[in-house]
Amino acid sequence: MTTTPDVVPTGNRADEIQIYDLHKNFGDLAVLKGISTVVRRGEVVCVIGPSGSGKSTLLRCVNLLEEPTSGRIFILNEEITDPDADVDFIRTQMGMVFQQFNLFPHLTVLENCTIGQTQVKKIPRSVAEENARANLAKVGLADRTASYPAQLSGGQQQRVAIARALSMDVEMILFDEPTSALDPELVGDVLGVMRDLADEGMTMMVVTHEMAFAREVADRVIFMDGGVIVEEGHPDQVIGSPREERTRTFLQRVLDPTHASPAPQAGGGDRSQPPAAG
Amino acid sequence: MSSTATVAPRVTRAKISPRKRARRIRLVQYAVLIALVVLMIATVDGRQVQSVFFRPDLIVLTLQGVPHALFNTLAYTLGAFVVGLVLGTILALMRLSQVAPYRWLASIYIEFFRGVPALIVLLSFGLLSVAFPGLRFPFDPYGTVWAALGMVSAAYMAETIRAGIQAVPKGQVEAARSLGMPAGMATRKIVLPQAFRIITPPLTNELILLTKDSSLVYVLGLTTAAFELTKFGRELSNSNVNLTPLVVAGFCYLIITLPLTFLVRRMEARQQKAR
Ligand SMILES: Nc1ncnc2c1ncn2[C@@H]1O[C@H](COP(=O)(O)OP(=O)(O)OP(=O)(O)O)[C@@H](O)[C@H]1O
Ligand SMILES: [Mg+2]
Repeated sequence: MTTTPDVVPTGNRADEIQIYDLHKNFGDLAVLKGISTVVRRGEVVCVIGPSGSGKSTLLRCVNLLEEPTSGRIFILNEEITDPDADVDFIRTQMGMVFQQFNLFPHLTVLENCTIGQTQVKKIPRSVAEENARANLAKVGLADRTASYPAQLSGGQQQRVAIARALSMDVEMILFDEPTSALDPELVGDVLGVMRDLADEGMTMMVVTHEMAFAREVADRVIFMDGGVIVEEGHPDQVIGSPREERTRTFLQRVLDPTHASPAPQAGGGDRSQPPAAG
Repeated sequence: MSSTATVAPRVTRAKISPRKRARRIRLVQYAVLIALVVLMIATVDGRQVQSVFFRPDLIVLTLQGVPHALFNTLAYTLGAFVVGLVLGTILALMRLSQVAPYRWLASIYIEFFRGVPALIVLLSFGLLSVAFPGLRFPFDPYGTVWAALGMVSAAYMAETIRAGIQAVPKGQVEAARSLGMPAGMATRKIVLPQAFRIITPPLTNELILLTKDSSLVYVLGLTTAAFELTKFGRELSNSNVNLTPLVVAGFCYLIITLPLTFLVRRMEARQQKAR
């Protein structure tokens, strides 16, 4: 079950995200308690788990929006946790899509997609705009380049956020619950764009509650609980026939909300005292 | 509804309805106002009022010098505003710094200049070149005024700008950093533009206050060429023993401040609507 390689780091650029024994504490609260995993080029990894299990924190540690307490993370063979690392450069190869979109409200849709290119990568404006338009067309928003984010629906804003990440010509994208803030009827558009990206071979790490999406699109599913990886593997296995009791309890609750009330009692005991996985 | 009406006993009702009462009070207020106007017209000599406050020949005379004085008022005000804006932004960023001594220094500065009369600061700056014979501000006396009034208004603006920066959601910085922007670039390109948009109304109010505070420069002992509206009007009023020039000068301030006030109202209304 463990995916930790024998040699650390692997030295293989195709092992795009390498996480080794990652710990993160907020004060006295241990949120991540030894996470290790490797995400390979073109792989789509969905991270699922109950609220507060540390999914967002894991994702935010990967691009160093949160400083890990201990452990090492390698992005494209460069250690981002190295104190001497050029974190800003490493981040240009790795997009992030947030639950709340976080578009820049004072910039147009087009400018949202060019500012990183022109300011950070010093790409000429005309080239950057061409690139931005191509990516906006890809997410189905070619006609909204002159709009401001406030003039768009949530689903459109999130697609602009994806285009903004793509415009940096990234190797991989981290998604933190990209559809959780959307009205139900807008979720499909965003998931559709993400499915297209997956088909094109984009490396993706997706924190999500959309089990159908995870099952259909993911190459691997990671189930987290209490700051550890409880179970990981092919979606058909983890979601279809989970080995661990905690995974079963969680999936029961997520897939069939009518069972929500009896489930916490069943899972309550082992949640407070998580058994060491692996 | 009907049940409560029947429950209320008839005796407790006021002798006159509240609506009638309100109308009666309004009538009394009108009566008082009319009485005051009649009294004023009866006692005040209109011609004398005109000759003291609005003497036509003095209005013409004053208006000839107004463009130059108005220019000086604007020059003092806008220069000080720019100094205040730049310095205020630096102070606001210091207040929010991770480095504690920066926070302390900024706090001391802000509390000092908010607590001391602007007049004293201005007087001190005027005397600086006397105390240090070598010291001269560029574009004297403009440079002196810009520095003195700018440093005072920076203290006020710093707090406003800090509030504006803090009103920008944390996710904005995170989005900027995840694009690979260094912290400074994220502040300049993403945070500050949004912060200043939020605080444009209070900053415009600061500009209005500064316009009026520019009248304090009279304490610097200016040459005639450097007179601004107040000093200019006052000199003319003194030499003619008549208030007309000062009244004209006062109206000139309104030409600047009233449109700005109007602008602030509109911006605030629009921000209220956007919320
Ligand atoms: N900046 C922070 N300071 C203190 N505690 C934090 C901070 N960020 C997260 N936490 C805590 O860490 C724990 C894990 O949070 P995290 O956001 O990673 O969970 P999550 O799995 O993403 O949950 P959700 O599904 O609700 O988003 C929570 O208990 C949370 O309160
Ligand atoms: Mg989360």
